[in-house]
Amino acid sequence: MQTKRTIFRNRWLPYALLAPQLAITIIFFLWPAAQAVRQSFLRQDAFGLKTSFVGLENYLALLKDPSYLQSFQVTAVFAVSVAALSMGLSLALAVAVDRVLRANQLYTTMLVWPYAVAPVAAGVLWWFMFNPSIGILSYALRQMGYDWNHNLDGTDAMILVVVAAAWKQISYNFLFFVAGLQSIPQSLREAAAIDGAGPAKRFFTVIFPLLSPTTFFLLVINVTYTMFDTFGVIDAATEGGPSQATNILVYKVYRDGFVGLNLGSSAAQSVVLMLIVMALTFVQFRWIERRVQY
Amino acid sequence: MVENRPYLNILAHVVLILGVAVVAFPVYLAFIASTHSPRDFVSGVMPLLPGDAMIETYRTMFTRGVSTAGAPPLSQMMFNSLVMALTIAVGKIAISILSAFAIVYFRFPFRATAFWMIFVTLMLPVEVRIVPTFEVVANLGLLNSYAGLSIPLIASATATFLFRQFFLTIPEELVEAARIDGAGPMRFFRDMLLPLSRTNMAALFVILFIFGWNQYLWPLLVTTDESYYTVVMGIKRLSDVADSEPQWNYVMATVILAMLPPILVVVGMQKLFVKGLVEQEK
Repeated sequence: MQTKRTIFRNRWLPYALLAPQLAITIIFFLWPAAQAVRQSFLRQDAFGLKTSFVGLENYLALLKDPSYLQSFQVTAVFAVSVAALSMGLSLALAVAVDRVLRANQLYTTMLVWPYAVAPVAAGVLWWFMFNPSIGILSYALRQMGYDWNHNLDGTDAMILVVVAAAWKQISYNFLFFVAGLQSIPQSLREAAAIDGAGPAKRFFTVIFPLLSPTTFFLLVINVTYTMFDTFGVIDAATEGGPSQATNILVYKVYRDGFVGLNLGSSAAQSVVLMLIVMALTFVQFRWIERRVQY
Repeated sequence: MVENRPYLNILAHVVLILGVAVVAFPVYLAFIASTHSPRDFVSGVMPLLPGDAMIETYRTMFTRGVSTAGAPPLSQMMFNSLVMALTIAVGKIAISILSAFAIVYFRFPFRATAFWMIFVTLMLPVEVRIVPTFEVVANLGLLNSYAGLSIPLIASATATFLFRQFFLTIPEELVEAARIDGAGPMRFFRDMLLPLSRTNMAALFVILFIFGWNQYLWPLLVTTDESYYTVVMGIKRLSDVADSEPQWNYVMATVILAMLPPILVVVGMQKLFVKGLVEQEK
């Protein structure tokens, strides 16, 4: 690991400097994580009086639990839809801003602020717009002959949370796509134009392939975001319903652990989630080394 | 611009204006809803122009809150949010810059271990260790306190990495010069590193303030006492009414006020915000 050639020598000072960070890390991160792993091998009776070691039983129960498998599926659909919708819209907006000569600063300002909106607020905003009795979008849909009700229809509920989560993520993706577009050398576009490629052809054969590092990076970030940072969206808009249609893994851990008080199962779910985060972090870091080049 | 194609320029503007409109529309509607009195919602059609009850709604929410929904006055919840967001932002920056300094400018046993321990926190968001973290905080007696709201969220691998990357780019000559002049490590830290890191700290502050302000799950777990509720929790409490329509004007006034501070920070410090965001992912 890198250090400076010239360093300071002191026996205890570096430990003192690291102490606050490490103390918080150990007390609030590593210890609880270890507890989650330990608890995932235990089972408590309903009153919390007796705890017994059950090995992998909690995990096996999860694998056999249709509602857990469904939650996996829901999470996958949710993550892919949010990433596709949000990244698609952001890319279109970024390409447009890249083309506009004047006023792009103004447009950028008008597009970045949703980053600051809390997920719960995003959830409530769209829940309000799609509200079956007063919402403006559900009203418009009714006029078009579609009876929207996310309290009863699972697909409607999924669309609601996807739209809310994607809306909040547009600004993030937009900023990274703009940065990616700006780093593509102008000479490449000019060369393609001289060779007779029109704007559409240039985009698909030159610009989009050169953007692929950014796209891939954003894909990982968006999947991570949808899996772990959308708790508020779900809680505000659908609470996982109707009948589990939007019960993503993170929400299920919370429900099973805090509301259902099924600690063993909740701990086992936590461990599975940790493995997923580790995999995503690994992918992200492996890739970042390549990203620096361009 | 490679070539001049007016129709494409127009198309670009159309796309952008549509994009801005779509992005802003939900917030516009929320604002409109917060300016109407409750009876305007009975008709079942959402009004699209501002009503006349704006001042009254905001005054009620700000000073009294809605006690039936278990929501204290917004002024109090916003104060709690502010304390939490500031503690998290300042705390994260402080402990991260210290540990990055230790990792870059010293060589000591277990340096790599310490680095990896910090790195691992990246993989353990609150969401995946909810129950055991709650138990730790409860055992420490930190439930319903500002310390419980903020300290567990202060550890941050990303901020430590950011400072580490930055310190590695600082020329060696600076340390050598400082040592020749007889400056000890803390003197060097205070007189050289801190001033040099100012922009990085400010950029990070913007991101972390938003992160702290928008926390939802964690405050939901550790506060049961109304006087520690944050405004982001208040949104949900107000909208969560059983068997009846929520009081839309109050809900939306809360949403607007909860969004306002972080949005002002982003818009007001856009340059720092973009810098912080882009660098945090490096």
